[in-house]
Amino acid sequence: MSPKRRSKPVRRQVPAAASVFAALGDQTRLSLVGKLCRGRPSSISQLAEGSRLTRQAITKHLRVLERAGIVHSLRSGRENLFEFDPKPIESIKDYLNLVSAQWDQALTRLKSFVED
Amino acid sequence: MPDDRIEKRIELKAPVSRVWRALTDYREFGLWFRVRLDGAFVPGQVSTGWITYPGYEHMKWEAVVQKMEPERLFSFTWHPYAVDPKMDYSKEPPTLVEFRLEATKAGTLLTVTESGFDKVPAGRRPEALRMNERGWTEQLRSIESHVAQTS
Repeated sequence: MSPKRRSKPVRRQVPAAASVFAALGDQTRLSLVGKLCRGRPSSISQLAEGSRLTRQAITKHLRVLERAGIVHSLRSGRENLFEFDPKPIESIKDYLNLVSAQWDQALTRLKSFVED
Repeated sequence: MPDDRIEKRIELKAPVSRVWRALTDYREFGLWFRVRLDGAFVPGQVSTGWITYPGYEHMKWEAVVQKMEPERLFSFTWHPYAVDPKMDYSKEPPTLVEFRLEATKAGTLLTVTESGFDKVPAGRRPEALRMNERGWTEQLRSIESHVAQTS
């Protein structure tokens, strides 16, 4: 295995990757992300519209998403708005592409090792 | 194809027994994987050693051997990103690496999977996302489809 995956950028991304996947591993949170990724920052009341969830439950799930960096809160007057940030999900993609490339290299070495 | 699971298939012009040895003999494994292992692979036991890739010799290798089904399946779990000595990775979920071997006319079909980058509960199919037309949700969809496949 090439040790490139151990380089700094990857090191920073990976603990985040685990928390991003964990944050997305919940149907309620996925549906909140689904609403937020339509582009406009939303308040908790807006997110609660048409939902059976309480504001408290939504707040709890938003905090999990916020810790994973998928959602950011911003202040608008007296209201807290939440907006979607695609970067954590994109960094997972980059990380997995890197690990994938390194498997390709390792298997190429294995191939020449067993075929020689 | 962003996904949280990596799968590789490679056709090797060598008999299954040869490939099995290259995978499970710790010295042979170390030669192509570039790691110097302290001892043999034993299911249920921790495998330790040092990376031998030039310039990275100070890095530890540590994995837990899971299954060794002769000439069929070899697997271990590890923390591929456990590189910062100050960090405690023991609470991070490890990834699972599996090598599956199948005999073919030409030799061996080897399938390698690395999974567990996520701990996404199985079988989630959120309507909200499927109905969303925004392009980026393709990425989430691939996570979902992975989850559906592996559930």
